Amino acid sequence: MTSAAPPLPERRSFLHGVSVVLYRYPFLSIIALLLPILLWIGVIYLGSLTAMLAQGFFYLDGFTGRIVREFTLRTYQELLLQQNIDIFLRTILMAASVTLTCALLAFPLAYFMARFASGRTKALLYLGVMLPLWSSYLVRIYAWKLILAQEGIIGWLANALGLTGVLDAVLSIPGIGGPSLSFSIVGVYLVFVYIWLPYMILPINAALERVPKSVIEASGDLGARPGYTFRRIILPLAFPGVVAGSIFTFSLTLGDYIIPGVFGNSSYFIGQAVLVQQGTAGNIPLAAAMTVVPILVMGVYLLGARWLGAFDAL
Amino acid sequence: MNGKSVAVSLVNVRRHFGEVKAVDDVSLDVYDGEFFSMLGPSGSGKTTCLRLIAGFERPSGGQILLHGWDVGGVPPYDRDVNTVFQDYALFPHMTVGRNVAYGLMIKRVPKAERERRVGEMLELVRLSGMENRKPSQLSGGQRQRVALARALVNRPSVLLLDEPLGALDLKLRQQMQIELKNIQQQVGITFIYVTHDQEEALTMSDRLAVFNHGQIEQVGSPAEVYERPATTFVAGFVGTSNVIDAGVARQIVGEAATLSIRPEKIHLSSPDAAVPAESYSVHGTVQDVVYLGMYTRYLVELETSPRAHLAVMQQNLETTSMDVLTIRGKRVQLIWRRDFTRTLQRTEIVEESGV
Repeated sequence: MTSAAPPLPERRSFLHGVSVVLYRYPFLSIIALLLPILLWIGVIYLGSLTAMLAQGFFYLDGFTGRIVREFTLRTYQELLLQQNIDIFLRTILMAASVTLTCALLAFPLAYFMARFASGRTKALLYLGVMLPLWSSYLVRIYAWKLILAQEGIIGWLANALGLTGVLDAVLSIPGIGGPSLSFSIVGVYLVFVYIWLPYMILPINAALERVPKSVIEASGDLGARPGYTFRRIILPLAFPGVVAGSIFTFSLTLGDYIIPGVFGNSSYFIGQAVLVQQGTAGNIPLAAAMTVVPILVMGVYLLGARWLGAFDAL
Repeated sequence: MNGKSVAVSLVNVRRHFGEVKAVDDVSLDVYDGEFFSMLGPSGSGKTTCLRLIAGFERPSGGQILLHGWDVGGVPPYDRDVNTVFQDYALFPHMTVGRNVAYGLMIKRVPKAERERRVGEMLELVRLSGMENRKPSQLSGGQRQRVALARALVNRPSVLLLDEPLGALDLKLRQQMQIELKNIQQQVGITFIYVTHDQEEALTMSDRLAVFNHGQIEQVGSPAEVYERPATTFVAGFVGTSNVIDAGVARQIVGEAATLSIRPEKIHLSSPDAAVPAESYSVHGTVQDVVYLGMYTRYLVELETSPRAHLAVMQQNLETTSMDVLTIRGKRVQLIWRRDFTRTLQRTEIVEESGV
């Protein structure tokens, strides 16, 4: 093959020679394209992930406080302690509530952006949705700390409207209440919904943008009232977008430890538990084992999404 | 109402988008059971007219009547019309069977009858056995037929078709033209057909309206519109036509009026040929010859002042490609029957026809 190829034209630059070689051997350019990312994902990311998960098969010696590097399942068994199960359930429930709320809030806006807004309005809406993503996560969280504080705008508004009783009633609900919104599970939930909402709006909007106007018109033309068209045409076609968005909101909530740390009460979420185990408690094996839980939950979640047909359109 | 009942009636209908007058004072009657085409270049308002009848757009003024019933404020889902969309607009997440059954599901037609009617309709459009395919698994022509079946299964009083053959290739388009016409005759439903293809409109329609700039230039049967174009626009858009300016016309026919003469009506004769009675004649020089297989197209420069050009089409009955080429540069006489000449109203020609 090589012998059959004519020699490279003379008096050309080195780069020209390289491009001719790449033209003759296309697999070289594919390697050049993929090599950096394969190194990054394959070695640095997957490698360290494997190393971490392997840690879960070691255990912490309670007396010496040292990690014993012997294969054991006892650390994974520890996950089944009631206190840990509570953490997992609390986190999953929170992730599910946040996802559901985000979907309900995002859909109407995404629909408006896709079907009605045009030109300047549309650009402004995209900007409005994405702008928060360009500013610091921590800054936004501490802004919410002020909003939710006892003397914050929500408390002030409730007072002005004579709804303090309602606010107090919410805060007195055992389990999710607390001294103020800024120290309660309700507060954690509100901030989660705020912070992940753009990740839900954008994929739903993208899915709705792909639904041709004529398909919606055709449904009405065939006699469907708007409600029927929504249930039978718009929702099924937007569903992959909802699932894509929910993967973001669900997984991001599962792993976050800052928001529950800043707004929560003393009950832990998975992220916090991992942080404490690998930090203060020095129990790297248990921390590693705990990180397996969100991975498994997401695995089940994705399988469920596939079963619902969310990836059929991909 | 000359005996025939009116299915769709537009009365001084206007649709303005800001400054743009998409439909500008259109009045039109479409009769029951008719195959009616709305022909015009893109942007001439024909599709907007169709969307007004379907209810996707609301008129800025005027009235739209479906069987005498003013549907001005009636949403599409309460109108007894169905549409075949240009992009077919099939529901991508449903099978062919469910697509076609959609309208019947909404009307809560019992399952047994629904399945029977869907089956019949798929047979009519020759797609039996495709019920369980998804639209993405079909060819363009098949999708087009699903769209037709999905609309027709509801037995609407009027079927609206928005350039339904536009995306198909030529052969398939010609085949579908015949099929569509057959189906229309079988089901007897009024078809309103939007197209920019004059050949399509001439092939299929009982009557057609020629649109230009949001207005109707002429309404009539294909033969009427072709043989007696009312305006310069119609003469140029429907088929090809020689349009002769008033100044040149005076020198040929002795009358100062804008005239049209179809290229195929003109005889190419020798300069000294005798001119039959009731005919016009003019001398000129053949400037260009284009051999088209069945026909040859000649461009003749006339001996008028100012110099004008006439296109002449002659069937190659007894001439070969070699014969016709020798005529280039020769002096000839053009002769045509007086009654083939039409006097036109001058209108602006916005776009050349595709021929």
